[in-house]
Amino acid sequence: MAESETNVEEMFVPYPETVKKNRKKHLVVISESAETCPQIEANTRTIPGIISQRGCAYAGCKGVVVGPIKDMVTITHGPVGCGYYSWGTRRNKARADGTTPKENIYSALCFITDMQEPDIVFGGEKKLAKMIDEVVAMFHPRAINICATCPIGLIGDDLSAVAKAAQERHGIQILAYNCEGYKGVSQSAGHHIANNNIMEKIIGTGTERKPGKHVINILGEYNIGGDGWELERILTEIGYTVNCILTGDSSYLDIKNLHLADLNLVQCHRSINYIAEMMETKYGIPWLKINFIGVEATNRSLRDMAKCFNDPELEKQTEIVIERETARIHQALEQYRKICKGKTAFAFVGGSRSHHYQYLLRDLGMEVVVAGYEFAHRDDYEGRQVIPTIKSDADSKNIPELRLTPDEKMYRQAHEYLNITKEKYDELCKEVPLNFYEGMYPNMKNGEIMVDDCNHHEIEEMVEKFHPDLIFSGVRDKYISHKMGVPSRQLHSYDYAGPYAGYNGALNFARDVSQALATPAWKMIVPPWEKPGESRSENNA
Amino acid sequence: MLDCVPAGPLEHTTGKINPAKTCQPIGAMYAALGIHRCLPHSHGSQGCCAYHRMHLTRHFRDPVMASSSSFTEGASVFGGLANLKTSVKNVFAIYDPDIIAVHTTCLSETIGDDVPNIIRQCEIPEGKYVIHVNTPSYYGSHITGFANMCKAMVSYLAQSDGTTRKEQMNVLPGFVNPGDMREIRRIVDLIGVKLILFPDTSDVLDAPITGKYEMYPEGGATIDEIKDSGNSELTLALGSFASNDAADLLQEKCGVTGIPLKLPIGLKATDAFIMAIHDWFGVPVPKSLTIERGQVIDTLIDTNFQYQGKTVAIFGDPDHVIAMTEFVITMGMIPKYVLTGTPGKQFEEEVNKMLEGAGITGSRVKAEGDLFELHQWIREEKVDLLIGTTYGKYIARAEDIPLVRFGFPILDRAVHPLMPVVGYRGCLRLIEQISNALLERRDRDAKDEDYELIL
Repeated sequence: MAESETNVEEMFVPYPETVKKNRKKHLVVISESAETCPQIEANTRTIPGIISQRGCAYAGCKGVVVGPIKDMVTITHGPVGCGYYSWGTRRNKARADGTTPKENIYSALCFITDMQEPDIVFGGEKKLAKMIDEVVAMFHPRAINICATCPIGLIGDDLSAVAKAAQERHGIQILAYNCEGYKGVSQSAGHHIANNNIMEKIIGTGTERKPGKHVINILGEYNIGGDGWELERILTEIGYTVNCILTGDSSYLDIKNLHLADLNLVQCHRSINYIAEMMETKYGIPWLKINFIGVEATNRSLRDMAKCFNDPELEKQTEIVIERETARIHQALEQYRKICKGKTAFAFVGGSRSHHYQYLLRDLGMEVVVAGYEFAHRDDYEGRQVIPTIKSDADSKNIPELRLTPDEKMYRQAHEYLNITKEKYDELCKEVPLNFYEGMYPNMKNGEIMVDDCNHHEIEEMVEKFHPDLIFSGVRDKYISHKMGVPSRQLHSYDYAGPYAGYNGALNFARDVSQALATPAWKMIVPPWEKPGESRSENNA
Repeated sequence: MLDCVPAGPLEHTTGKINPAKTCQPIGAMYAALGIHRCLPHSHGSQGCCAYHRMHLTRHFRDPVMASSSSFTEGASVFGGLANLKTSVKNVFAIYDPDIIAVHTTCLSETIGDDVPNIIRQCEIPEGKYVIHVNTPSYYGSHITGFANMCKAMVSYLAQSDGTTRKEQMNVLPGFVNPGDMREIRRIVDLIGVKLILFPDTSDVLDAPITGKYEMYPEGGATIDEIKDSGNSELTLALGSFASNDAADLLQEKCGVTGIPLKLPIGLKATDAFIMAIHDWFGVPVPKSLTIERGQVIDTLIDTNFQYQGKTVAIFGDPDHVIAMTEFVITMGMIPKYVLTGTPGKQFEEEVNKMLEGAGITGSRVKAEGDLFELHQWIREEKVDLLIGTTYGKYIARAEDIPLVRFGFPILDRAVHPLMPVVGYRGCLRLIEQISNALLERRDRDAKDEDYELIL
């Protein structure tokens, strides 16, 4: 602990005073003597000039939340770049299914109004309206998203008005997202904007409940590398009906029926907790924080889920699947554990993974010694109990909050959804994380570090001081890490592998991590002629 | 694959579907990385910088460093003066570059930030530089942004000491890979003319792993070199879209003669590049280059039957596509569809002239097109081969056409940034790639009884 604190102090030395003062608040050295998590500053502005990992509201809205909806055409309204960079880069896999034929899947396409100088000067509304008309005529999509980029709000294009008029012309739903890149302080603002629109405009407009005894949604699962499909495999086998995965491989038609489920599971808390909370308010549907990253974590989440429903058969089937799946991968995992055991890692990812992956790494005998989120809020670190104490600022105030009330027709008590008594439900809330997320903090150990919006300088310094064996981050950090001699795996895109969730995912992950650690070339960086005492005869031996 | 794409004819006149270009700032960022100890700086919201770094990193698979003004809504309303001033202060204090190269974004352009005026108000340490370029995303493409940053290097840095010209040559290499820039230098070194190559991303974006991270690797044109470019006798501007503006300004500002050339991709363009140096400096072309050229001709004659007469669709950045079109004509292939996403009628003029010269009719040529349109053309009449960026892979799969990856970006394959496509060695590599792509297909499609050991 003391050593970590000294290292952190040294890391801040090159900073100008204002930067130092600011950054100190974003970092917590875990101390076993502390009873609760010290306050960590999060979801505040990145300091100009600091090389941050953060992106923008557009990236959070279009790139993360609405982009993966496979049967909606998403048009980016703006100059060419934003739509282009978010085209096919997040690996949200999608496939045809009973709801959506392959002709209705637009995931491989990129739609941009490609605004030119005259559009900036005279406004781009007409161009957008025309593009919508052409897209409808060509593709006949079920619905359309329109996402704003920075200039839109500045030049005053009224996206909502264009969407409304087009909706009337074409008779399909057209949603406008005012997710200009400058809104908020990171992707997080975009998540919120997307959540609001989906909640307000899509959820609740359908009437078809999928057949099944226990119908659930998985919220905040984006099917990167097929994660969602692995979860669907497990949950279906246990006996759940997966109504919709929001938004990985999701369909507009399924999102309309999102409210016709008994329980919402929340995987990525940061990006989707708004919908979970709003659905709880409006419909009464409870949500359960789960984590399907890691074998033990998956088992625990499945058991938590089973506890929610008063159904011995479900509990029995849960145990059968857990036992079989755990046994199935046990031996292979053991092999990888031999390579991974005792190794340390850093994890800098978006809004939940830096926490989730700690469980999977512990399964493999590894420890995450420094962890941070790019765009989290305090509750993602400290737990949701701090939410009432989070002060809003000029940036967060710019993101509208939907004030919902219980739906007169559809609201039911949480325990009714789960088919248990109120008393049983209250008991249950003490046992499992219903409508609650404890954050990353309780999972971290003495001397380890939580750092918010970690920047390039800090990563470089902490690698020098803590010598991790592996860094989990995004593609921008990956090759920096390699140049430092530290293997790195991308935890946004999984280095184009996956799935990493569930049981098959744990195995894939263990293999990929082991390979990263054991790549033969790592031992060959120094040329033989620069190694003292290296002779030709030794090389030939 | 692409089952949602409806059968034509279609009315697609507005916006882009599957663009074949991106925005100016990323080009400016890439060019700035070709200055030694330079940190590119994106004046806008941090998402732009994040996207550009991500995209360049995916192509080069090497660290791409750049900072951002991190605009929030406040800055967007009140202007980015404070953000840029703070950025400059923090960047010099924490990351210590020799030079910051600021480019704008559609955000800072739309609100009308006066960047040079802001820079004048910045605290710039002694001996350090801050340069800037306007790169509105709603004009041109990433190639325009690259060209504009090259121009900014000239306008801020290049200077002429007097009337005597140094016996040296500037080369503006265009938006090419570090491996290409390295190869251009190798060729010029073989000829023996002193070279100022700027920008130069070799040893920046293809630096080796040593176990020690350097934020500013050894490569890049030094500030002194770029200053000295004003004293050179000659500038070769490779690729008119990426390099002409800077060469023109160098001629205007410092009196350095500029010669516009194609990117030296393919036999004729490489010949032209070497002849331009040979003619200007009166130096002999070394035997080693004659041998390299002879090897290309030898290979073309040995392998022509594998590709001659095949139709090809070429798409990507204009300078790349123009040079590649010339080369496939040299190879005896037929450029059936030639498309760039970058606007500019001279693209169409130049390509059509080449096609006309080769007696090829019935081809479609388009600037400011997109890949959706290219796909429609291919559906109307198929081609034997696609040459272009990674984004072509969906069309390649949907229509079952082999794809040779060429240009920027190539996101799904490695090693290419280190392997030149310029010069005679580049010719050999392209012939190998094109030839193998067609042969792999022939092997794959052959019936057992037609499957042969040797093709």
